[in-house]
Amino acid sequence: MSNLYAGSGKINESVKKRKKSQLKEICIRLRRNRAAMFGLSVILLLIIMAVFAPFIAPYNYDEQNLKMANMFPGREHIMGTDNFGRDIFSRIVYGSRISLQVGFVAVGIGVLVGGTLGSFAAYYGGVADNAIMRFIDILLAIPSTLLAISIAAALGPGLTNAMIAVGVGTVPNYARVVRASVLTVKEQEFIEAARCIGVKDYKIILKHIIPNAMAPLIVQATIGVAGAILSAAALSFIGLGIQPPTPEWGAMLSAGRAYIRDYWHVVTFPGVTIMLTIFSLNLFGDGLRDALDPRLKR
Amino acid sequence: MEDILLNIKDLVVSYNADDRTVKAVNGINITVKKGETVGLVGETGAGKTTTAKAILRLVPNPPGKIEKGEIIFDNKDLLENSEHEMQKIRGNKISMIFQDPMTALNPVIPVGEQIAEVIRLHQKVSRAEAEILAGKMLKMVGIPQERLNEYPHQFSGGMKQRVVIAIALACNPQLLIADEPTTALDVTIQAQILELILKLKEDFNTSMLMITHDLGVVAEICDKVAIVYAGEVVEFGTIEEVFRHPAHPYTKGLFAAIPLINGKKLKRLHYIPGLMPDPTNLSSGCRFNPRCDYKLDCCEKLSPEDIYINENHFAKCYLCAQN
Amino acid sequence: MYRYILNRILMMVPVLLGVSLVVFSMVYIAPGDPARIILGDTASEEEVQELREEMGLNDSFFEQYGRHIKNVVTKGDLGTSYITQRSVTTEIMDRWPTTMMLAVMSVILATLIGIPTGIISATRQYSVFDNLAMILALVGVSMPNFWQGLILIIVFSVNLAWLPASGFYGPIYWILPVITIGTSTAATIARMTRSSMLEVVRQDYITTARAKGNKERVVIINHALKNALIPIITVIGLQLGRGLGGAILTESIFSIPGLGKLMVDSIKARNYPVVQGGVLFIAIAFSLINLFVDVLYAYADPRIKSQYSRKRSKKSKEVCHE
Repeated sequence: MSNLYAGSGKINESVKKRKKSQLKEICIRLRRNRAAMFGLSVILLLIIMAVFAPFIAPYNYDEQNLKMANMFPGREHIMGTDNFGRDIFSRIVYGSRISLQVGFVAVGIGVLVGGTLGSFAAYYGGVADNAIMRFIDILLAIPSTLLAISIAAALGPGLTNAMIAVGVGTVPNYARVVRASVLTVKEQEFIEAARCIGVKDYKIILKHIIPNAMAPLIVQATIGVAGAILSAAALSFIGLGIQPPTPEWGAMLSAGRAYIRDYWHVVTFPGVTIMLTIFSLNLFGDGLRDALDPRLKR
Repeated sequence: MEDILLNIKDLVVSYNADDRTVKAVNGINITVKKGETVGLVGETGAGKTTTAKAILRLVPNPPGKIEKGEIIFDNKDLLENSEHEMQKIRGNKISMIFQDPMTALNPVIPVGEQIAEVIRLHQKVSRAEAEILAGKMLKMVGIPQERLNEYPHQFSGGMKQRVVIAIALACNPQLLIADEPTTALDVTIQAQILELILKLKEDFNTSMLMITHDLGVVAEICDKVAIVYAGEVVEFGTIEEVFRHPAHPYTKGLFAAIPLINGKKLKRLHYIPGLMPDPTNLSSGCRFNPRCDYKLDCCEKLSPEDIYINENHFAKCYLCAQN
Repeated sequence: MYRYILNRILMMVPVLLGVSLVVFSMVYIAPGDPARIILGDTASEEEVQELREEMGLNDSFFEQYGRHIKNVVTKGDLGTSYITQRSVTTEIMDRWPTTMMLAVMSVILATLIGIPTGIISATRQYSVFDNLAMILALVGVSMPNFWQGLILIIVFSVNLAWLPASGFYGPIYWILPVITIGTSTAATIARMTRSSMLEVVRQDYITTARAKGNKERVVIINHALKNALIPIITVIGLQLGRGLGGAILTESIFSIPGLGKLMVDSIKARNYPVVQGGVLFIAIAFSLINLFVDVLYAYADPRIKSQYSRKRSKKSKEVCHE
């Protein structure tokens, strides 16, 4: 009898070691991907910009100076000013706070709600699966842009409502991803084995199913943040969601739209920023996908 | 010398993955005479499939590369052929049967069309004629002709393999390379497929290179056998010679590991301790040395040459030199 | 096969009912009093209350919803626009063809560019073309389409004056909008084609095709492409649906009188019947497109096709002839 216990200790250790080296291998693969590292550095830069905005931005985001309205980029305003004389660069810097916030919170909502729904549906199957999937189908029947717009219109303006609107729009995607992962894992024999020796359902879900479903979810989430930022920008472009004077990049585009004939810079810089952010997130997300499953690579 | 169909000399094939070079095939020598069936036996990873692919120049080029050697077929070095010339040989003079029948057929093209395709490629016949010939091939491998227009997923594993054989033999090749054709099948189906291969071989007088890790298959089908270990041929000879007087310690180990039906009851099966050497890190001495029971001093430092025991039998082992 | 299609259409009904419920609920909780919106700010409180009674706005949620559904199903009546007083159905039908044309043209353009790019990228993996194409594709996916529209306007309308910035009176007016919507679609299709081809090219049956002595071009087109395109069909279909969504913002930018612009304007103006009707209509169109794509997919892949037609014969054949 004592042999069994002695053996299991060693097994535990070697399992832990293998898990650690797996993680290390993933990090090494990721680091070797230069494109992904570029994406990551831009994202980190943005996060720094968001956190230290007051120190980085030369002006406050709502500092108006009508005498200096619509100035092209110059020494005092490196990205020029908008129609209220506000420094565009500062607004972009503060805007990163909004965008990152919306991105992460919206995806957070999507992952939590969608992930829970998806894993329930997959794990319990049958009627639960059908019901949940029909509900997801309903959400999916409306193109996501339109869905976000409708929810934002229904809830009213504001940052929180924008986050909810975008978040709900992402729920179906994560529900499906998690459901697919869980279904795959569920079929594997070690789950059956665990159930046979009496491991409780919730423990199975937590300890076995979730770790295995993480990889595709993380990739989707990274790319999802990009999509969420895009959706939020689209919302404020129309005038829903985030309201002025909050410096959201999409809102800046909308405001500058009237002036594109003469002052193209008002529209260009926020747009480039959005694009760079989304591009980097996508780049990093792709790199993550390659690193987590090299077979899928290329 | 006229009756030698295929002569592989000193073939070296390497794979380049993630900045590491793996020498999958490291100096292989094989000869196949006309009408002969030569078995290529070895464990997984010994380099057998790579050798087979190299003959047809199908080694995937970004990671793989044929570094040196000669593959002389019908008095011409295949490695010097242009791609266009190779295309005329593939499926026509040399055909290959692959290991996994489940994935060897294109899922969206009907079976008959896949056979007719190889016929149309190498023979000047019309579409209609090719279809008729394809039907005949199906019949020859034991599948009713009416199933010409069905898709691969509508057939079982054994039948898919028959289709693969039909495709391979449709143009009556001089050399058939069979890469573990029965490994993925049940034992009973295995017997059927082997029987089919034997019969077709006799009907068409095809020479064959049979790659397998199953010595039983070798005993049934082959005339000669080459034992491959870590990318080299360590023993080569006729069936009688090698089975009755295995010379290389690896071969001896392989035969000792076979459980006998009529032998005395053993408590444990024999096995060869250790694993095959890491292909990225090969030593300069005999590859089998670390696992060998019969080590001599010279074995660790110098890689042995092919030492001929008699006209039909050689082994890469210093032990044989002693005799 | 037809049973499958019928089945799917039947399944669509509860989903669409669900959509209508969701949309109706959203409109119900949205801020603003419809009666007030119609009458304007100058109307008195009594007039507003009177209109509310007339419109049945004081009934319970379910009564209102029930009425709405009855109207839709029996008369195809989606309500009346608060602003123009015309039937919502008419408003939608007037603009629907424009949006559809935009979406279809974008998808066609995107397919024509995306698929060949993806194929070349896959067959020349890691080449200069491949790297460049994939970077451009990623840029295309990352670019917000409303911004792209603005930039195109700045470059081609304002600075170069080659193309018009608004309106929809002839083919030349289509160029910029179609490019705007089509770019991210083309990028997505190119990426997906590339990865699908790469996966297919690794399969054993491609080696078989080569071992037969086929030219490489034949292997790629006849063997690889046929398999790789099957999942791409789904993507193209989805993108058609996305095109509908993309059109929403693009139409606003280019002032194109389509369904998308109608939706945006109506949301801003709190013209709820139009919003409700429009979303429902788009959801129906979207579902039909998805159904069409699924059927197409089933047709293209013989493995799935046989699952849905003549299920009986397959099994018995196998048993007899082994």
